[in-house]
Amino acid sequence: MSILVYIEQDQGKIKSSSLEAVSYAAALSEKSGDKVNVLGCGTIEDADWNQLGKAGADAIYHVADERLNSGVIQAHAHIIAQVFAKVDASILVLAKSALGDAVASRLAIKLNAGLVSNVVGLPDMNAGFVVKRSIFTGKAFVETAIPAENKILAIKKNTQPIKTDGEEVSVESLTVDLPESVFAARITEVEKASGEVLLPEADIVVSGGRGLNGPENWGMIEGLAEVLQAARGCSKPVSDLGWRPHHEHVGQTGVKVAPSLYIAIAISGAIQHLAGVNGSRNIVVINKDPEAPFFKAADYGIVGDAFDIVPKLTEAIKALK
Amino acid sequence: MNILVCITHVPDTTSKIRFTEGNTQLDKTGVQFIIGPYDDYALARAVELKEQTGGTITVLNVGEAETEPTLRKALAIGADEAIRVNAFPKDAHFVAQQIAARAKEKSYDLILMGRESIDFNGGMVHGMVGEILGLPSISPVMKLELEGTKAKLAREIEGGKEFIEVGLPFIAGCQEPIAEWKIPNMRGIMSARSKPLQVVDPVEADTRTETKTYELPAPKAEVKIVGSVDELVQLLKNEAKVL
Ligand SMILES: Cc1cc2nc3c(=O)[nH]c(=O)nc-3n(C[C@H](O)[C@H](O)[C@H](O)COP(=O)(O)OP(=O)(O)OC[C@H]3O[C@@H](n4cnc5c(N)ncnc54)[C@H](O)[C@@H]3O)c2cc1C
Ligand SMILES: Nc1ncnc2c1ncn2[C@@H]1O[C@H](COP(=O)(O)O)[C@@H](O)[C@H]1O
Repeated sequence: MSILVYIEQDQGKIKSSSLEAVSYAAALSEKSGDKVNVLGCGTIEDADWNQLGKAGADAIYHVADERLNSGVIQAHAHIIAQVFAKVDASILVLAKSALGDAVASRLAIKLNAGLVSNVVGLPDMNAGFVVKRSIFTGKAFVETAIPAENKILAIKKNTQPIKTDGEEVSVESLTVDLPESVFAARITEVEKASGEVLLPEADIVVSGGRGLNGPENWGMIEGLAEVLQAARGCSKPVSDLGWRPHHEHVGQTGVKVAPSLYIAIAISGAIQHLAGVNGSRNIVVINKDPEAPFFKAADYGIVGDAFDIVPKLTEAIKALK
Repeated sequence: MNILVCITHVPDTTSKIRFTEGNTQLDKTGVQFIIGPYDDYALARAVELKEQTGGTITVLNVGEAETEPTLRKALAIGADEAIRVNAFPKDAHFVAQQIAARAKEKSYDLILMGRESIDFNGGMVHGMVGEILGLPSISPVMKLELEGTKAKLAREIEGGKEFIEVGLPFIAGCQEPIAEWKIPNMRGIMSARSKPLQVVDPVEADTRTETKTYELPAPKAEVKIVGSVDELVQLLKNEAKVL
């Protein structure tokens, strides 16, 4: 028996959520003694592979087919199923993401596996196999047992520290047969901002709300995000009004973030917005209304005008660095 | 064009979540139940597509009798018929098998779901149904246009989108801005009463996971309101250690 970890790349770089998944598997293997196999697909920069050994991989497989650079759901699922059998795995670990969810669910059927998504901790293996997962959009947790022999765990971001002290491992190239049928849903184009920190992956997020009055005022949000090397987010009205792209919208119906620092600027803190940020380790709220509900969910707050505070904050952080 | 829309019956997004029975059951006192917000987008897009092409919209829920008002609301919004598979939705795998069994009975051109249910947030049922039926499953879909027997979709990915072309039938997990939520009008509400709502028994299906005890997150410590930017930066650096 062994563990297989499926990793994702973004523009050639291994995602940090995937390194977390490998670290999770390594911690699991310390309990179970199972070998940690890692599978990467598509083009991944040479220099990036060594992070996998450090994160705890025992063996690494690479399917280099360029068609896998994008999220062809059925093709990725097809390959993972083959490698799962090849390495005699019983547990598949992957990061919860747009692609992770989509392939994990198909694999649950292919592999006859019990699937748990949004996993936030290591399994308790004393009485069966019980993992904790986040539910009700972060408002609660539930312990879930997986009695099925094969198991799939989709790990929520920021639940496992990334391990960096593992040994280097060489990468074995695999060729896998890919029938035309797995490309039935054809990706015709990918539109993506390059060089940006991905919001769900980000360690720091700077987010702006309707109180900023218009897209022309986003310069200061960008300025602050830049000094912090942060990703940018926004509230739903901001993306509904077209001030910012939809993929920056955080909350119940948007992206769920789990950074170590979330800075909310001129966002009131409606419960649906909070649902997307309750995984954050520290929340800073900047709002001119001392009664804004966001303060109740915050760790630190400043009551005042964002147009005054944000530029000062940017300068203060610049001075620090 | 026959469209199947799968809907969940979930606590309203503003609900305070609590548990009872030794943390093994959701406490439903005072909780209002709604069509899952993402399922509502799927239904809204189905209604728009039907306006373009004709056909019928079937809404399906796997749930006990308490979910019927939610199905009626979907009929009021514009679905033509409703099916309730009379079973407690034990896990995603159980639900997916029920949906797949109903889908096989009638040939649907399109199966629309939400990107995820907002109770268990799995985002898993669509992919499972796709694999069981041998059909493509695409999620989260933010745009869906029909072109004859094909569809053009936009799928949201981290930091952008992918544009996809796929032949019918397929399964999509929907999210905004695929359509605007629709509010039932008086005529819709009146006609919903006479539209068929069929209750069927579940097919034999296994579960692969077992929900044990629930838990609420630890309460958050009191917020520290600071008077200046410098004070904030010091706290972030020295106390939170995030700078
Ligand atoms: C089913 C459903 C799902 C939803 N999903 C989401 C979701 O995923 N994400 C989401 O964000 N919302 C969501 N919403 C909407 C949510 O209920 C709120 O309407 C929304 O979050 C409010 O956005 P906001 O805080 O930017 O705007 P507002 O509520 O208008 O708040 C603006 C804030 O800015 C402050 N402000 C104004 N000027 C300044 C200034 N100069 N300096 C400092 N502060 C200032 C004000 O005091 C106020 O607190 C959802 C709603 C529903 C019904
Ligand atoms: N009990 C259910 N009855 C009908 N459809 C469901 C049910 N549970 C989930 N679905 C559908 O599957 C989607 C994804 O659900 P989930 O995998 O639970 O996040 C939902 O948005 C619904 O469209």
